[in-house]
Amino acid sequence: MSSGTLYDKVWDQHKVTTLPNGQDQLFVGLHLIHEVTSPQAFGMLKERGLEVARPDLTHATVDHIVPTANQDRPYSDDAAETMMAELEENVRDAGIQFSDPTTGDQGIVHVIGPEQGITQPGKTIVCGDSHTSTHGAFGALAFGIGTSQIRDVLATQTIAMEKQKVRKIEVTGELDEGVEAKDIILEIIRRLGTEGGVGYVYEYAGETIENLDMEGRMSICNMSIEGGARAGYVNPDETTYEWLEETDYFQENPEKFEELKPYWESIRSDDDAEYDDVVEIDAGELDPVVTWGTTPGQGIGIDDPIPEPESLADDKVDTARRAQKHMRVEPGETMEGYDIDVAFLGSCTNARLPDLRRAARIVKGREVADDVRAFVVPGSQRVQRAAEEEGLKDIFEEAGFEWRNAGCSMCLGMNEDQLEGDEACASSSNRNFVGRQGSKDGRTVLMNPRMVAAAAITGEVSDVRDLKEVALQ
Amino acid sequence: MTDPTEDIPSVDYVEGSGIPIRGNDIDTDQIIPARFMKVVTFDGLGEFAFFDLRFDDEDNEKDHPFNEERFQDSNVMVVNANFGCGSSREHAPQALMRWGIDAIIGESFAEIFAGNCLALGIPTVTADHETINALQQWVDDNPDGEIEVDVRAETVTYGDNEVNVSVDRAQREALVEGNWDTTALMKANQNAIEETASQLPYLDQTRSDLEADD
Repeated sequence: MSSGTLYDKVWDQHKVTTLPNGQDQLFVGLHLIHEVTSPQAFGMLKERGLEVARPDLTHATVDHIVPTANQDRPYSDDAAETMMAELEENVRDAGIQFSDPTTGDQGIVHVIGPEQGITQPGKTIVCGDSHTSTHGAFGALAFGIGTSQIRDVLATQTIAMEKQKVRKIEVTGELDEGVEAKDIILEIIRRLGTEGGVGYVYEYAGETIENLDMEGRMSICNMSIEGGARAGYVNPDETTYEWLEETDYFQENPEKFEELKPYWESIRSDDDAEYDDVVEIDAGELDPVVTWGTTPGQGIGIDDPIPEPESLADDKVDTARRAQKHMRVEPGETMEGYDIDVAFLGSCTNARLPDLRRAARIVKGREVADDVRAFVVPGSQRVQRAAEEEGLKDIFEEAGFEWRNAGCSMCLGMNEDQLEGDEACASSSNRNFVGRQGSKDGRTVLMNPRMVAAAAITGEVSDVRDLKEVALQ
Repeated sequence: MTDPTEDIPSVDYVEGSGIPIRGNDIDTDQIIPARFMKVVTFDGLGEFAFFDLRFDDEDNEKDHPFNEERFQDSNVMVVNANFGCGSSREHAPQALMRWGIDAIIGESFAEIFAGNCLALGIPTVTADHETINALQQWVDDNPDGEIEVDVRAETVTYGDNEVNVSVDRAQREALVEGNWDTTALMKANQNAIEETASQLPYLDQTRSDLEADD
């Protein structure tokens, strides 16, 4: 085993060779596919008369276009039905396992991989989706790829990549009430910039990260790409192993758990590993973070004033001006009290069971504000079932939330769940880009799931710490 | 099986007229809104490039360089910082390519976007803020003016100016040598791929044994 960071070790373990262009060819341990970015790749494969090299290391689900209200086939949206049918045909022809809605295992690709135990430490994982960085929470080396690269992986189970630098982000301090993993990553992106991570992989470390559950670690790794870093990871530890042991794969193959544990331990970054950069973040000082603009880097603490564009770095001034015009906010104001029309609790960032539990504690016994459209879209069918069994669905519905089926939904507005006109949305998702949630005049305010719950209740961006939590049964 | 490398030209040089797209952090949702991705091929995406920046709710044209008559034949796009951030959708460079873009010069690019461009043979070359500003201004003043992007020499020539630009090493090698289509290149290393796979502790090695018995 080589030495250095987890990144170095996993890279070396998977390196096939160096290509003539200087890139390394890496073996891919797990290739996740979905309906939006894979059909063209299958088409390219057919054009060349190639077959899927390792269907056994490929796993499919449907998430981006799947309706979350009525899922009867054929889907009412013809385009969605066509994409689903195409995926069904491609996976059937190639013999690829497909967690489709009839299996009870369907969900957002970055939720189901970890659930099923196919996301593991020390694997290389790719998917045609930028939030593939999520899987780094398990100590996997995971990154998003484009469709031509999906073709490469389907055809060869390998990918051509250049090795990147590693930035260690050391997070310390005890999180305040109401502050979560989401707030940590929004703060990291605010501080290092949306392009600060270009050329880097982020290693998240420090006591605060170590104390997070796997879901929190996933929320952080998920948004690495929002900071420009194509991948982010956390070194595997007992928290990781406890999660893995409960998954299908290791329940069915318990001997594998003991067999693989030494490998997982061996890939942890060495104590004396060298990093290209180290950044320290004191998370103990954080308040819940909300965005005021149209990039995920435009965040502030709930009590902080929206910045004067001129006070920002030169290259951020124009972006900030445009963002403030779009969002209709003024410098000097706080985001607290910003009227919202929609509350969206979902996405691969924050739609796992603990996210929904925490939000339910805020919602319980309260009512969604008049004129607010609030809905919960669980990250997977498993999350949905578990939440229903423990009564979370009832809590949300009694408060006036809609309870939906699993999918990406309003995170990117590819199904029927979209903002209309200039609606403002309190969203637990990952991107506040103009038009992201389906309306080009729509306004997205990113925040943690409890803050979304609070906004749904009050009808405006609110400090969740002002709302008492209610114990769940 | 046809050898796809036979048809792959090197892209060491792009020339044509420019089109300036100003602003930092232009994300792939801006370049191609998600609703246009409900398709199973990339054909026809060109007309949707920058759609929401180009058209209002009634489909009336808004001010945008992609709508301007004087830029309709342009093929070299000049952009600012962190262009192509956000989603990994290859639909974004596919839409730009199908609109007519052959090369992009910018302050910086998001990684996945640059990788997707490379897979399509579109160079993404970088220069500093002042150089880009000057070039954008020149393009505005000279919409028909010729720009030459020399990937091999890492220069951009326009008017009487020649400026140095940077091209990522692997990108330069791939474009200049014409081996930016990696499928065949990597497929050729089948033995090495299997050797690497056989060393991975988490893979069920019985599978390849079974195949060997076939």
